[in-house]
Amino acid sequence: MIRAFSEISALARRELTKWYRSPILVFMTSVQPLLWMGLYGKALNLTGLLRIPDDLLSQLPPEATSRIADITNEVLSRFFGSAEIDFFSYIAVGMMGVILLFTSMASGMSVAWDRRLGFLGKLLCTPIKRSSILFGKVSAAVVRGVAQSLLVMLIGLSLGLRLRLAGPAELLGALLILVLLCGSFSTIIIALTLRIRTWEYHIAIGNLVTLPLMFTSSALYPVSLMPDWLRLLASVNPLTHGIEALRYLLLLGESVTSQLITPHLVFLLAFSASSYLLGSYLSSISLRSI
Amino acid sequence: MPAIEAENLRKIFGQVVAVDGVSFTVSEREIFGFLGPNGAGKTTTINILTTIMRPTSGRGAISGHDILAEPDRVREVIGYVPQDLTVDDDLSGYENLMLQAALYHLPRSEARSRVREILRLMELDKFADKKVAAFSGGMKKRLEIGCALIHQPSVLFLDEPTLGLDVQTRAKIWDYIRLLARDQGVTIFLTTHYMDEADSLCDRVAIIDNGRIEAIDSPTNLKTSLGGDLIELEAEHIHQDVGAALRPLEGVNEVSENNGVIRVWVERGELVLPLVLSELTRLGVIVRRAEMKRKSLDEVFLRLTGRSLRDTGGSRDEVMRRRMTIRRMRS
Repeated sequence: MIRAFSEISALARRELTKWYRSPILVFMTSVQPLLWMGLYGKALNLTGLLRIPDDLLSQLPPEATSRIADITNEVLSRFFGSAEIDFFSYIAVGMMGVILLFTSMASGMSVAWDRRLGFLGKLLCTPIKRSSILFGKVSAAVVRGVAQSLLVMLIGLSLGLRLRLAGPAELLGALLILVLLCGSFSTIIIALTLRIRTWEYHIAIGNLVTLPLMFTSSALYPVSLMPDWLRLLASVNPLTHGIEALRYLLLLGESVTSQLITPHLVFLLAFSASSYLLGSYLSSISLRSI
Repeated sequence: MPAIEAENLRKIFGQVVAVDGVSFTVSEREIFGFLGPNGAGKTTTINILTTIMRPTSGRGAISGHDILAEPDRVREVIGYVPQDLTVDDDLSGYENLMLQAALYHLPRSEARSRVREILRLMELDKFADKKVAAFSGGMKKRLEIGCALIHQPSVLFLDEPTLGLDVQTRAKIWDYIRLLARDQGVTIFLTTHYMDEADSLCDRVAIIDNGRIEAIDSPTNLKTSLGGDLIELEAEHIHQDVGAALRPLEGVNEVSENNGVIRVWVERGELVLPLVLSELTRLGVIVRRAEMKRKSLDEVFLRLTGRSLRDTGGSRDEVMRRRMTIRRMRS
């Protein structure tokens, strides 16, 4: 156990050293979610649709104004879970989850490179556990993913993301969710691509996996706006659960309750546990030889 | 106990038999070489013995540990220098070695002193903190060998150790390999398609072609087994069986004729060449070019397999990888 841990940390250190020594790589993987957040989040202002212009409001009697305010609040909270959440903040947190998907994808590709450059062969003739090769990559992906997710949050803040944190416990909870999401996604993606020899296939598989996962989640729009069949998909998509829990923790402030968080957290924990088992199994059979 | 034992190893990829019943033993402290063209099954044999590929059938053992039954014991006693450069360009020489030390669970202080020792041994201590990207091909290869030595293995496998290196660097790498066998007591198993490498470095050589071992012996014995030199002639107007005519001549061992190229294996070329030429002239054959090759392992190979070591083949993927390695060596 301790041996496996030190093997994993040695391999993860290698990946991370390579990563932080090439800032361009950090930038490149962050670009796409930033584009989604900046362009889509700012252009498609769903909350703006529901706002009644001030000059119109001033012509109405006071009772009517407060009725209208109640109705819009009702509609907004049905869509976004709370009337306090604006669409940009909504999508910015969504992107914090989506970038984990992109990072997991990118780390899957590095296995094909390690194989091609012969590094994988060299690892396989050392007495390390075969699963350490997988989980070394996963650990590096988690550190990278969480760092990039926080970077997206910082940039979001400068663009108008309204973060409402109840306290440090909520922040830690949000970090835990980022770790679970990134860990399970990268485990599955890397384990599935261990036998693949060409990186062209990785890109194909990457697009096949990431885009549908993004669009069937609540990353870009609320589950409540989806047709039934899509809502069903969204409810079994781990990304939905991660992002929903993140939104509660980061955007609801004092009104967040453990009843809101627990079901999502349980789902994520179960998903992480099964991806861990799947990863251990797949790495033991597919890394038996090069 | 032999350092390496291989018994009837076979490896089949789909329709292709890459290794076809290979058996040999290597004793401790020996430098043993596999000589053969690309695609002969050299790398596959190394992959099997280093536990990164399972044989289709057959048995192998390193220092008495079975490669299939106790792969982890085998991995602890072997070092492996792959054909490709696998040291990490983005890390320094020191970091590459420390990574390798961590994979073998060397305690940190021991790892540090061992890394220093290897940097000294490979004469890389001045460049320890430089990024490997700035290293020359020869330095990268030395670092690669250093990485394989970190846990003091008793058997070292080297796959094409001087591929893509210039002549001086090759000689230097050979010196390191000899030093390891002589002073550190490491058993060396290497593959090569350079006959001069096998000739000058190896105590014993196995000649391998199409997955089969054609002969195993010391380079000297292999060469003397040929009995002498090779006379190669390009000729026209060959109308009769030149073999039948030349074989009875004094000192001629073997004759072959193929597409106007006549090859005559002889005891002492300088004495037999004039006899051969005059006999051919008598037969009306016009000799355009005559060349005498003194005995070398290439001739041994030619004699055993019917083709020259230089007629290289190999799959497309293999050729691509090889080119990539050569490029990285030169960058």
